[in-house]
Amino acid sequence: MTSATIDSESRSHWMGVLAKSPADRLGELWSALGDLPGWSHLRRPEVGLVMVRGRMGGDGAPFNMGEMTVTRCSVRVDGGAVGHAWVAGRSNSHAEMAALADALLQMPQWHGVVADRVVAPLARQLSEDRARAGRQAAATRVDFFTMVRGED
Amino acid sequence: MYVAVKGGEKAIDNAHALMADGRRGDENVAELSLEQISGQLSLAVERVMTEGSVYDRDLAALALKQAQGDAVEAIFLLRAYRTTLPRFGSSLPVETGAMAIRRRISAAFKDLPGGQILGPTYDYTHRLLDFALAAQGGDRPPVAENAEPVEDSMPRVTDVLGHQGLIETSGEGAEMPGDLTRQPLNYPAGRDLRLQNLARADEGFVLALAYSSQRGYGNTHPFAGEIRMGEVAVELVPEELGFAIEIGEITLTECQMVNQFKGSKTVPPQFTRGYGISFGQCERKAMAMALVDRTLRAEDLGELVTNPAQDQEFVLSHSDNVEASGFVQHLKLPHYVDFQSELEMIRRLRRENAEAAQ
Repeated sequence: MTSATIDSESRSHWMGVLAKSPADRLGELWSALGDLPGWSHLRRPEVGLVMVRGRMGGDGAPFNMGEMTVTRCSVRVDGGAVGHAWVAGRSNSHAEMAALADALLQMPQWHGVVADRVVAPLARQLSEDRARAGRQAAATRVDFFTMVRGED
Repeated sequence: MYVAVKGGEKAIDNAHALMADGRRGDENVAELSLEQISGQLSLAVERVMTEGSVYDRDLAALALKQAQGDAVEAIFLLRAYRTTLPRFGSSLPVETGAMAIRRRISAAFKDLPGGQILGPTYDYTHRLLDFALAAQGGDRPPVAENAEPVEDSMPRVTDVLGHQGLIETSGEGAEMPGDLTRQPLNYPAGRDLRLQNLARADEGFVLALAYSSQRGYGNTHPFAGEIRMGEVAVELVPEELGFAIEIGEITLTECQMVNQFKGSKTVPPQFTRGYGISFGQCERKAMAMALVDRTLRAEDLGELVTNPAQDQEFVLSHSDNVEASGFVQHLKLPHYVDFQSELEMIRRLRRENAEAAQ
């Protein structure tokens, strides 16, 4: 796989997983990777705001709901790919790791190891967390019975 | 008008040190951590994020700690902080229809596809003080889990009614909504700006207006069509990529109020809609917002505007608790020159009256 053949769908998937995962869990998996190639910043981690938009009635015209904090970062692996990250919150290290992971995932010699040892376990964790919350919610599903009221 | 004053630096420093000492409380008691505030006072944190209009749990927790739990002061701190950050852009509109549901109820339909999911709620509690919580480490019942999670996505109740043509379609408007943090509000304001204003509005103010409309100062006959709470992904399209990526997940509470509408010359009788949304689990706020969104649509729907909750200039210009608190509290600042001139005037008038009486 070279950067020319990476489809935006797989890239958007891994960028989403890297952004949505907790920074400390990403850090653990990251340090377990061992020696990584040299890299440098194209854009140092920078904290800013993104305006979150909603829709009137949930599916109508858009409106501005409120902002959220976001950290973005871009890196270049020495002699390799450029990686970007946009990550909710204000963690510089989270954005930096996510950008570096994005770069390595575009490089054939690194793609497999980062996909298997970082992205896959994070994606699994996100899906397990979501399923657990869904099972807990399901246990609160209620059936109300309408009673005939005395005064009617 | 207040005037600039000089001096008092030492006294002000001492006053702030005294405040910081009071904020710390008894030194023999452990200091609150931001994790404790974020984890155990989460509804307070979510109110600060909603009205501070910045989704960041850690910042909101810090603001609450700094403000000794004063929500309005914490909201002010968060609003002030946001002005120091650059705006990177705007997200794609979030898809609440694809929300990972943790709570979803309807007071209008008993049997709705996906079912009624109570989720974490204070509804149906007896509101009795729980002294077991006062004794730290009280036992909690285990959290139940079903074998199967709730459905991945659930239709909105308004979609169900919409299919039958009994309810108006969702609001229409420009693809690029107005932004009241970038341009001052002009009247009449479009629904995009009204919703932005209400989303960051003071909960107490919106709640009272909503209540007034229910009691007769406004013409609403609302049903809670649907309330849903859970996580949605926030997506945006970075310039350097040109395609959408998810940058994180946020918790939202959405309320769809369904209201009676007798119809007009051009529109048949149908249900109309009010929409409310909050960061986190600010359900009371989302419900009140949905009621006030509907009352503010009075003019658009050809209804008479006769009550405060229907008057957009009244509602929108007084809904912001940072502005309101600032204007009320500025009265504490030195007004000595103003007051002196009024005092002079009163004395002169009394003198003139006394002379005229002689």
